[in-house]
Amino acid sequence: MIEINKLTKKFDQFVAVDGLSFTVIEGEVLGFLGPNGAGKSTTMKVITGFLSPSSGSVKIDGNDISQRSLKAKSLIGYLPEGAPSYGDMTTIEFLRFIAQVRGFRGEEIDKRVEHVIAEVALEAVREQTIETLSKGFKRRVGLAQAIMHDPKVLILDEPTDGLDPNQKHHVRELIKNLAKDKIVIISTHILEEVTAVCTRAIIIAKGCIVADGTPAELESRSRYHQAIKITLTDEYDISADLNGLANVETVEASEDERLSYIIVAKDGHSIFSQVSEIAQDKHWPVSEFHVERGQLEDVFRNVTQQAEGAH
Amino acid sequence: MGNLGFVFKRELMSYFATPLAYVFIVIFLITNGIFTFDLGGLFLRGQADLLPFFGFHPWLYLFMVPAIAMTLWADERKTGTIELLLTLPVRLADAILGKFLAAWVLIGIALALTFPVWITVNYLGDPDNGVILAAYIGSWFMAGGFLAIGSCMSACTKNSVIAFILTVAICFLFVIMGSPILLDAFPGWMPQVLVDAFSAMGFLTHFDSIAKGVLDMRDFLFFSAFIGAWLMASAIVIEIKKAS
Repeated sequence: MIEINKLTKKFDQFVAVDGLSFTVIEGEVLGFLGPNGAGKSTTMKVITGFLSPSSGSVKIDGNDISQRSLKAKSLIGYLPEGAPSYGDMTTIEFLRFIAQVRGFRGEEIDKRVEHVIAEVALEAVREQTIETLSKGFKRRVGLAQAIMHDPKVLILDEPTDGLDPNQKHHVRELIKNLAKDKIVIISTHILEEVTAVCTRAIIIAKGCIVADGTPAELESRSRYHQAIKITLTDEYDISADLNGLANVETVEASEDERLSYIIVAKDGHSIFSQVSEIAQDKHWPVSEFHVERGQLEDVFRNVTQQAEGAH
Repeated sequence: MGNLGFVFKRELMSYFATPLAYVFIVIFLITNGIFTFDLGGLFLRGQADLLPFFGFHPWLYLFMVPAIAMTLWADERKTGTIELLLTLPVRLADAILGKFLAAWVLIGIALALTFPVWITVNYLGDPDNGVILAAYIGSWFMAGGFLAIGSCMSACTKNSVIAFILTVAICFLFVIMGSPILLDAFPGWMPQVLVDAFSAMGFLTHFDSIAKGVLDMRDFLFFSAFIGAWLMASAIVIEIKKAS
């Protein structure tokens, strides 16, 4: 369990993290979201013990990161932003170094190194120096070192940044497989990633938490929650037919498609059955019809802009 | 082997994985040769000792050691590996000491490879080998002093060239501190205690006696304490600067 209590980190006068408190338990995959400069990376650097907090505390399984830092650090696997590693070493040399520092000895070193090489598919580049590797492989080397000691807590700062779609998919699958009895914290600004792998999301802005919940809960806070997206085959004025419905807020033309409309529900009420009835009665020329779960992007923009406006 | 050992091994390996170690050793040996034989006139003196050889070491180290030291921490900061290293279960002291020792051993290897000079004087005459051994160790300790300054300067900046220049400047100050050039420049009214204290910090004061074969533990103690102090300063600088 990670307990973060009133964590504050100041740089001179600038407050990067402002009284953050939250708890993460085993089995949770926490997506850590926020605009650039919101304090995501700083928070992660404090949790992993790289920076010391200005005030407040971080406890990993009861071990305070400032006071019992070696014990706490041994429980954490960390992929820093940009996946830094020693470029002049080969993949295998680097991973062996990590295994040794992580406390493996003798045959165990090879066993662990081979295990992580298989896990993140590094077989092809094991003898190459890291500086010659592509971005995707470098990222995977970073992941490999993070999972070397099968850590209880895995902290990944933008793990899929700069990867191609296949690699992204692969990394997400990996995270999902790893997550079973662990705590995983991922910082990202790719929102689809949150829906794909996270069981919980925290959005921060200006160093404070502005939203905390499951991805579904957050989506339901979107004004597009329960909205209906409808695509027509011909021009037809659907808003005229919907005038009588109390739970319909408004009808918007979709931005990306012609003849496509979004029927926004009032306060997240379900309008599916009513609208589908009308569509049948009035013989709307419908080619596509579905209910939106809500857009995380919309919620993200809302809560972060509110926070920035408030300051 | 603790984590200090693993950091040490990794650093030393990486010197030899790149051309750095070989370039350093070759240039070190060549400049040493030029200094000793051309400028120092080892043969012309007609004496079986290595005084001209060791006498130039402070000036040789002035440029060679900062070249090794400049990347110690500056590169870690620049590439972000410092974040990786310091979030591993490695004590900061182990990381600093491991890196320092690796660079120090590299210099030691280069120094040891000057052994043909020693063989030469032994072939030509009958030198006091105890004196030579002491001078070798003293020279290595002095290099450690330079290196410790470099470790601290390298921790100050992400830019290794700046680290190099700062290290050369500060090392130069410590080299000339004990020399007459600087001491003569003090105005007469300065209390003698201050002048003495100042000169006691100078590298030349300590190294000259070591090079001449005067084996005084206080000189070794000076360099050891000097290394310790600058490595501690490195730790403080790293703590302060790692966020930026």
